[in-house]
Amino acid sequence: MEKKKEKNSRQPMPEQLPELRARNFDEVPYGYSPETAVKEAKRCLKCKKPGCITGCPVQVKIPEFLSLIAKGDFAAAARKVKETNALPAVSGRVCPQELQCESKCIVGKKGEPIAIGNLERFCADYERENNLVELPEKSASTGKKVAVIGSGPAGLTVAGDLIGLGHAVTIFEALHKTGGVLFYGIPEFRLPKAIVEAEVDFLEGMGVKIEVDSIIGNIRTVDELLSKDGFDAAFIGVGAGLPSFIRIPGMNLSGVYSANEYLTRSNLMRAYLFPEYDTPLIFGRDVAVFGAGNVAMDAARTAMRLGAERVRIVYRRSREEMPARAAEIHHAEEERIEFFLLTAPTRLFGDETGRLIGMECLKMELGEPDESGRRRPVPIEGSEFKLDCDLAVVAVGSGANPLLTKSTPGLDLNKWGYIVADPETGKTTKKAVWAGGDIVTGQATVISAMGAGRKAARSIHQYLTWGW
Amino acid sequence: MYKVVRRDEIVPNIHLIEIEVPGIAEKAKPGQFVIIMPDETGERVPFSMSDWNIEKGTITIFFLEVGISTAKMARIKSGGTIYSIAGPLGKPTSIDNYGTVVCGGGCYGIGAIYPIARAMKEAGNKVISIIEARSAYLLYMEESLKEASDQFFVSTADGSKGTKGRVQEVFAKLIDSGEKIDRSYFVGCTFMMMNCSDITKQYNIKTMVALNPIMVDGTGMCGCCRVTVGGNTKFACVDGPEFDGHQVDWKEIFERKSVYLKDEAMAYQTYQQTECKVSKV
Ligand SMILES: Cc1cc2nc3c(=O)[nH]c(=O)nc-3n(C[C@H](O)[C@H](O)[C@H](O)COP(=O)(O)OP(=O)(O)OC[C@H]3O[C@@H](n4cnc5c(N)ncnc54)[C@H](O)[C@@H]3O)c2cc1C
Ligand SMILES: Cc1cc2nc3c(=O)[nH]c(=O)nc-3n(C[C@H](O)[C@H](O)[C@H](O)COP(=O)(O)OP(=O)(O)OC[C@H]3O[C@@H](n4cnc5c(N)ncnc54)[C@H](O)[C@@H]3O)c2cc1C
Ligand code: SF4
Ligand code: FES
Repeated sequence: MEKKKEKNSRQPMPEQLPELRARNFDEVPYGYSPETAVKEAKRCLKCKKPGCITGCPVQVKIPEFLSLIAKGDFAAAARKVKETNALPAVSGRVCPQELQCESKCIVGKKGEPIAIGNLERFCADYERENNLVELPEKSASTGKKVAVIGSGPAGLTVAGDLIGLGHAVTIFEALHKTGGVLFYGIPEFRLPKAIVEAEVDFLEGMGVKIEVDSIIGNIRTVDELLSKDGFDAAFIGVGAGLPSFIRIPGMNLSGVYSANEYLTRSNLMRAYLFPEYDTPLIFGRDVAVFGAGNVAMDAARTAMRLGAERVRIVYRRSREEMPARAAEIHHAEEERIEFFLLTAPTRLFGDETGRLIGMECLKMELGEPDESGRRRPVPIEGSEFKLDCDLAVVAVGSGANPLLTKSTPGLDLNKWGYIVADPETGKTTKKAVWAGGDIVTGQATVISAMGAGRKAARSIHQYLTWGW
Repeated sequence: MYKVVRRDEIVPNIHLIEIEVPGIAEKAKPGQFVIIMPDETGERVPFSMSDWNIEKGTITIFFLEVGISTAKMARIKSGGTIYSIAGPLGKPTSIDNYGTVVCGGGCYGIGAIYPIARAMKEAGNKVISIIEARSAYLLYMEESLKEASDQFFVSTADGSKGTKGRVQEVFAKLIDSGEKIDRSYFVGCTFMMMNCSDITKQYNIKTMVALNPIMVDGTGMCGCCRVTVGGNTKFACVDGPEFDGHQVDWKEIFERKSVYLKDEAMAYQTYQQTECKVSKV
């Protein structure tokens, strides 16, 4: 009995010890060894009607790739995943598997589900680290040109799919580095930048042209790309890059960052390596992070790594509503991040030079459900209390950045400024223009952006092949 | 990588840099800026475009060496390269026929006010340009500005050329002489723009200033550049950089600009020390 249980339990992911990793930027999980991976993959029951696939937004053929791992053919497993998921090394690390594939796994009904994410990561890493990544065969050139605007997961997927189908693809990226949130938002300790760079190198190897420093809307409009620069179609995947702040006094004090700014300074500009890199960053001692999504966890854990004494997550709802991946909340707790739940900031205090020195908070309780179905937090009167803090990071969501959309006539937007696109094809209301990822859905997930990219690529290919 | 066609120290500590970047040159408008990274480990630093040439595909910037990024740029030789440049950024100046327009510039703003003066003149305005420097030997662009203006005044702090004093003093004199001014534009260091706004406010003359807060992306993505104008938070990189000088919360701008003073000084010093070592070898 004892033995059987051990045989069937989920293989734990080896990780850096919390005390160590809370002060360095190296990746937290080490990844499975081949032996562990095989063991874990063998737990799969190869269901006739696999639940996992239905839980996966891009329908990875999970039982098939698991059985290839079980057989020890790791590169083949990676290729199997890539049939529907262009960036498995990324999604294996950042997908909320506990809400997707793993939540639907039959084994999980009684015990712990198969560690699908860990295995996806394993086979993709194995393939890359052993130089087994093969350039797929490219179809003959079609002579058609596609502009991909934005190099996040949506844009990278579209580019990879269309170059394989024989179209010429150019990616235009506003920043000096490609990868979108994968590069500037998600920290090194969760997603090493070398992995993102390897994916982009792979696309370049396939022939994708990459133009960094190219803010479409400013240096070129979508109309110019289509009418003057000879592109036959355009895909817009510019993400949801507009930071939200909270409407309380003190938001513009020095020492208050949007999560975008904080993480961009640290990840994209490498401020955590200051002064080796020139970009400075406030290394707070007493840090407050507002919000409880992945972004908030990333900011809190970054602050801890930069030497903070205390880091607090301040969130106005309760634990159940925290939108972050379970693994990130768990990691954050292990790294001594404190959770001030049912707590809302009401004002920030500065010193005479305008530097943040503290904040006032209010306790909340849960009331009736709101339009999102979550119970609305209501303030408890007279529950104000004060906290010291010298760095605050606002991670309460983001909106649609209008830079590109306002320079693109004919593109219908919804009332929040997101692009209206057909959910099945990504087609927008503008001729020859598709869109997908966060700029259509609002901030969502890496895998949904990739899924949208794949659907759009298919639709663009049909358009370029047959015209409409 | 982008080619630096020319880099010259035109007066002590102020440099001209001309960069080959045809896409930006084609789109540049008065009042817009670019973000530059001198090298791969550099910061993203904003600079106003002072001129551009579509045929040559170049843009020109004037910059003051004040910290590590501008020190790095000041060491690029003509024919060298910079790592990254993005633009054109920010809302262009709204050019219209307003009547009589004053264009005031100090330090890098002497260069940066030039395209605004030129466009205002083309739009039919009477353009009065006023520039300032500590001393005569720090003045530049005088000929070009004179050509772009109907009237042109110089002020120096030490009185070595033109009016002794600063832009705001010349401005006050103009008003006293009965000049009717419809609009004014000021570009330069924050102090100068604030002082000039104070003066024009007394005469109730619509005033636009080109704010220069710290920035990162320049596309409205990070909120680093937020400023308070008329009680509302604005992102200078996309809502500006030009704002109504009478509505700006100057205190906040000074405070937000000084966040990294210590770090900046440290980075600059470290850079200069390593530079010395390298050049000794
Ligand atoms: C800190 C953080 C942590 C996250 N953690 C997770 C996680 O653990 N799991 C998960 O599934 N999701 C996570 N997300 C969400 C996920 O990263 C996004 O949903 C996803 O990246 C969206 O992809 P995208 O391709 O639509 O856009 P983005 O990744 O945002 O990329 C858009 C790109 O377009 C560029 N761009 C913008 N405007 C222009 C323009 N005008 N011209 C040219 N280029 C332009 C941008 O610079 C950017 O590079 C996280 C997000 C953040 C910010
Ligand atoms: C829209 C915009 C347009 C700009 N245009 C120009 C331009 O055309 N030419 C130009 O030289 N600068 C311009 N600036 C200012 C320029 O971005 C800063 O000077 C830049 O931060 C210098 O970077 P650094 O690393 O060399 O110095 P930092 O290390 O960033 O700064 C060093 C020190 O110098 C101070 N400092 C910064 N700027 C100035 C200044 N202008 N005068 C006096 N002290 C200063 C800083 O507060 C700090 O104390 C502009 C800024 C903005 C936002
Ligand atoms: S649901 Fe679980 S056990 Fe069934 S095929 Fe998918 S991973 Fe294997
Ligand atoms: S510089 Fe980032 S929003 Fe303006």
